[in-house]
Amino acid sequence: MTIPQERTMPEIHNYTFNFGPQHPAAHGVLRLILEVDGETIVRADPHIGLLHRATEKLAETKPFNHSIGYMDRLDYVSMMCNEHGYVLAIEKLLGIDVPVRAQYIRVMFDEITRILNHLLWLGAHGLDLGAMSMFLYCFREREDLLDCYEAVSGARMHATYYRPGGVNRDLPDKMPQYQASRWHSAADVAKRNANRQGSLLDFIQDFTERFPKCVDEYETLLTDNRIWKQRTVNIGVVSPERAIALGFTGPMLRGSGVEWDLRKKQPYEVYDQLDFAIPVGVNGDCYDRYLVRVEELRQSNRIIRQCVDWLRHHPGAVLSADHKIVPPKRVDMKKDMESLIHHFKLMTEGYCVPAGEAYAAIEHPKGEFGVYLISDGANKPYRLKIRPAGFAHLAALEELVRGHMIADVVAILSSLDIVFGEIDR
Amino acid sequence: MSELQAKLQEKFAERDVRFMAFKDELTLEIARADLLAICHDLRDAGFDMLVDVCGVDYLHYGLSEWQTTAATGKGFERAVDRDALANAPMRPQRFAIVWHLLSIKNNQRVRLRVFLEEDDLHVPSVTAVWPAANWFEREAFDLFGVVFDGHADLRRILTDYGFVGFPFRKDFPISGRVEMRYDAKTRRIVQQPVSIAPRVLEPKVIRSSGGDA
Repeated sequence: MTIPQERTMPEIHNYTFNFGPQHPAAHGVLRLILEVDGETIVRADPHIGLLHRATEKLAETKPFNHSIGYMDRLDYVSMMCNEHGYVLAIEKLLGIDVPVRAQYIRVMFDEITRILNHLLWLGAHGLDLGAMSMFLYCFREREDLLDCYEAVSGARMHATYYRPGGVNRDLPDKMPQYQASRWHSAADVAKRNANRQGSLLDFIQDFTERFPKCVDEYETLLTDNRIWKQRTVNIGVVSPERAIALGFTGPMLRGSGVEWDLRKKQPYEVYDQLDFAIPVGVNGDCYDRYLVRVEELRQSNRIIRQCVDWLRHHPGAVLSADHKIVPPKRVDMKKDMESLIHHFKLMTEGYCVPAGEAYAAIEHPKGEFGVYLISDGANKPYRLKIRPAGFAHLAALEELVRGHMIADVVAILSSLDIVFGEIDR
Repeated sequence: MSELQAKLQEKFAERDVRFMAFKDELTLEIARADLLAICHDLRDAGFDMLVDVCGVDYLHYGLSEWQTTAATGKGFERAVDRDALANAPMRPQRFAIVWHLLSIKNNQRVRLRVFLEEDDLHVPSVTAVWPAANWFEREAFDLFGVVFDGHADLRRILTDYGFVGFPFRKDFPISGRVEMRYDAKTRRIVQQPVSIAPRVLEPKVIRSSGGDA
C-alpha cells in the first residue's frame, strides 16, 4: 500500500532566529544567530562588534596617560584590573619602579574588583537561570565595594585611579558618610554610617569580616539547589585539553581542571608575598565554573584582608618620585621652577616612552587580560593591542552550545562571563 | 629565558629566524614561508596556547609631527607639521602580524612576528594548529585587511555590516570616512562623507630617552 504524498510527514526545516542584540540574557549587545532543529542547537553564529569603539586606535592618538580612563570602559565591571594591565605595560617599557605601598593598594583594589566582577556575574547568572533573589543579594554587597571605589577615586565605576608609577592618591583617612535627607532620617542614617566612622581601611576590613557570611548565604541558595544543579551540571562541558586549545583562561580554564593562574605562575606586584589558593573544577561544566568563581570570592576576600593588614602598618609614598613621568605636587610647583617645568611638559606633551615593545598580562577576573604595547619613542603608543579574555571564550560559544537545548544557551553564555566592553573594545 | 632562546635557536638553526630578547620577552622574527612549520614545532615543544594575534601597521613608525627646534619662535600651531604623517615614505614591509604564544606546561611565553609587504598581504592561517586563532585572525583581517590563507570563515568581525576599508591602518582617519544621518526627505538613514576636518590635538613628539623630557 502506498501512502499519498500529501499525507506523509511534512518536510521539516531547521529554524534560524536571532538571539539579541536586544535580549536581556545576551549580556549586552550580542547578536547570536541560532539555527535549531526542534529545540536542539545545530549552529550558533555570534555577531559581535556592536559596541566597537576602536579603543586601541583612539589610544594611538593620545598621550599615554590619557588612555587610562578608556581602560575602565573596556570591561566595565572590572574597571581597575583593566587599568592595571595598561599601566603595567607602560611601566615595563619605561622601566620605572613602583613603591611597594602602591603595589599593595593595586593588589587590594584588583581583588576588590574581582569580587565586584564575580558578584555581578553571580547575580546575572542567577537571574538568567531564574534565581531572581541572587541579583538583589549580590548588588547589596557590590554597593559597599563601589563606595570604596568612590572613596579612593571619586568615581563609583570608572575610577582612572592607577598611574604609571603607582596610584593617583593615597587611601583616604575618612570614609564618606551618608547625609540625612527628606527620605532618610538622622537615626536611619546613623545606622547606615555605623561602619563608616573610621578610615577607608577600617571600612574594607569590616567588609572582609562580613563578606564570608554573605558568600555562605549565596551558597545556601544555589550550591545544593536541585533546580540550579539541573540547569548547570553537565552543561557546556569543556575538557582541559580543549580549553587550552581554545585559548581559555581564568575561571573558564580552571573550571576545566587546569591549575593556571597568573597571580601564582607569573606573579606581578606583590602576589608572591600573599597567601591564597587557586580553586579548580573537575568536570568543566557550568556548575564547576560557578563553584570556582564562588571560591574565588572567598580567596579574594583573604587577599584583601592581608593587604589591609600590611597597608595599616606601612605608610609611605604611593607614586614614583620620577618627575619625568609623574607630575610633581601642586605645592612644589609654586616654589620650584624645575617642578613647574616638569608639570608643564607633562600636561602639554606627556612623557615619551623608549622605543620597544612589551606584553603585560594580568589575571583579570575573566581570565588573562593582556596589553601589547609598541612604542616608537613618542609620547603616544604606536600600537596598543588589548587581549581580552572574553573574546576567546565567546569565540568558542558555538562549540559549547552545539547539541544543547535553547535554554542551555542562556546558561552557557552567562557562565562564560562575557562583557562586551572588552570583547568589542 | 636565555635557556629557552638557546633551545629554540638550536631547534630552528636551519631556518631564517631572527631572535630578539627585550624586557625578558623573546621575539622570533620569521619568514612567512616558515610560519606553519615553526608553529607546529613550537606547539610540539610545549607552546600549547595561542594567546593573541595582532596586526601592526608600521607606516608612521618613528615619524614625528612636531618640529621643536624650528618652531621656538613661531608658537604652537605652526610647529605642528600636519603633513609629516600624511606624506609618510613607503615602507617595503609595511605590515606585520604578531602572535603571542604561551606554554602552560613550561610556563613560558614567546612572540612570533612576520613582516608582510603591502601588495602581498597574505599569511597562512594557524587555526589548524591552535583553534583559538579563529576570531583573532578574523579581527586582524577586519582591521588591517590581512588575508589569512586557509581560514575557514574569514568574515569581518568587529566593524559594522557593509563597512568599507580597514580602520586600523595608519592612513585611515580617526574620524572615519563616512557619517550617517537621518534624511527627513527620503525618511531613511543615509551615509555621506564625513564633515569633520581631521586635526591634531596633541602632536606626536619623539624625544630621545634621557633628553629634556
